[in-house]
Amino acid sequence: MSLFDHVLSLGDNALILGQQLSALTGHGPVLEEDIATANIALDLVGEARLWLSLAGEIEGAGRSEDDLAFLRDEIDFRNVLLVEQPNGDFADTMARQFLFDAWHEALLAALCASADPRIAGIAGKCRKEALYHLSHSAGWVIRLGDGTAFSHDRMQQAVRNLWPYTGELFEADAGGTALIGANAGDIRPLWRQRVADTLARAALEVPADRWMQGGGRRGIHSEHMGRLLAEMQHIPRSHPGARW
Amino acid sequence: MYAQMVDTGVQRVLDAAELEGDERRFQDRIDAGIRVEPEDWMPESYRRTLVRQISQHAHSEVVGMLPEGNWITRAPSLLRKATLLAKVQDEGGHGLYLYAAAETLGVSRDDLIDALHAGKAKYSSIFNYPTLTWADIGAIGWLVDGAAIINQIPLCRCSYGPYGRAMVRVCKEESFHQRQGYDIMTRLAQGSEAQRRMAQDALNRWWWPAVMMFGPPDGESVHSAQSAAWRIKLHSNDDLRQRFIDQTVPQAELIGLTIPDADLRWNEERGHYDIGPIDWEEFYSVVRGDGPCNRERLAARKSAWDRGAWVRDAAAAHAAKHAGEQK
Repeated sequence: MSLFDHVLSLGDNALILGQQLSALTGHGPVLEEDIATANIALDLVGEARLWLSLAGEIEGAGRSEDDLAFLRDEIDFRNVLLVEQPNGDFADTMARQFLFDAWHEALLAALCASADPRIAGIAGKCRKEALYHLSHSAGWVIRLGDGTAFSHDRMQQAVRNLWPYTGELFEADAGGTALIGANAGDIRPLWRQRVADTLARAALEVPADRWMQGGGRRGIHSEHMGRLLAEMQHIPRSHPGARW
Repeated sequence: MYAQMVDTGVQRVLDAAELEGDERRFQDRIDAGIRVEPEDWMPESYRRTLVRQISQHAHSEVVGMLPEGNWITRAPSLLRKATLLAKVQDEGGHGLYLYAAAETLGVSRDDLIDALHAGKAKYSSIFNYPTLTWADIGAIGWLVDGAAIINQIPLCRCSYGPYGRAMVRVCKEESFHQRQGYDIMTRLAQGSEAQRRMAQDALNRWWWPAVMMFGPPDGESVHSAQSAAWRIKLHSNDDLRQRFIDQTVPQAELIGLTIPDADLRWNEERGHYDIGPIDWEEFYSVVRGDGPCNRERLAARKSAWDRGAWVRDAAAAHAAKHAGEQK
């Protein structure tokens, strides 16, 4: 993976998850969660803008954040499959968010030490937000896991269903991760510890590692991705060259 | 407005001279510009009217998240997506302050939400219109938030302390919303032919519903007179409407859009714009529940609430298990 692809991947993860959460605005289980969800979506879209702008700068072909978000085809998106999994119900949304946040915060923390000051700067800013996201989603994993019998089963099933998408977070990159200054594999123990601790407090089992899904970072996505991009991209693509 | 045609429950407004005891002292304090706070004595009709008005306002903020939320996933640039998310988040926040302000009057948020879902509580008629294109997001910010500010700035000085203080913060945010809406419209109006058409179409569809937001002429309404005496309504519907029209018409002209009213004229003598007849039949039918999206909006709110019941139950069960534990 080139530096451009690495930075694109950071931007695409934030963009796709932000897009997914933004679809939930106004439909949450309680008003406070509508506000939280919109706020987290806003943080992620903000993060995506920073990474995609930097990716455009690194590429040097004059592509803006919007060109990269709205005018790329699915095969050129570098996000992990986890973030494109459907919103489902509140347990599915929160399980996805927690598994992501526990990794995202650790990755950003590692990137704060990047030799590239642009990367370290963005990581430093976004890590503060990611800490809040993690505290919020872990809180819900615990509340639902340790709530009623129904919520426990829903959360356990959601974690099980999403587990096969967690392996991709730690795939070693051909071409080296030294480019951005964080090694995906080094983050794994911290992520694993966070997940084990939170699931234990939630009275939930950590699923067994079996076959892990992958491909998102190489542009091979799930069936959900095409519709997500169609919705997100259709206006800019319907009005080529228009400014908004 | 966000609270329209609020019933005060009174048959006739009494003169100060006709009031006695607590009621007289209450009215004297209001007339002297002293704020009413939750712990103060207040007439039951004042309390009930405020609950209606504030809860209608809160419901409007929350239902209002739906038509705009409809476009977050399709916002045409990342900056517009972020701005719209921030705006809709603000509206949720306004709903929260307002429910909290209503709760100071001895009602619970859950009861108010139940009343909304049961069709007993109203919310602003404006949110029963559909958002069909991206330009509708511009039109809502410019016109609907613009109208809301005109209504709400006087309410910052209303007689009930918690409501007035909530309005101060709400108005600051609404002002930002209004500007982002006008900015969207400006960009569209200066854009391609298709973008200009989108902007004009949105203005055509949103203009009259925005003008109607202020409610019917209220000169003869006993409820308006009582609300005015209590200083929870500081200007008449028509005065506020005129202010909105006078402010908005030049803004439309500036960006080359046409207000969809053949009778619109500047009246030199009055120093105001005159407008054509308002179709109050349309307004009343939307208020009755027969607007284009009444059923969808209420169904969406109820569905979110019902689908979230197990989540709220789980949170309560978890909290109960750990009540008394040190953090």
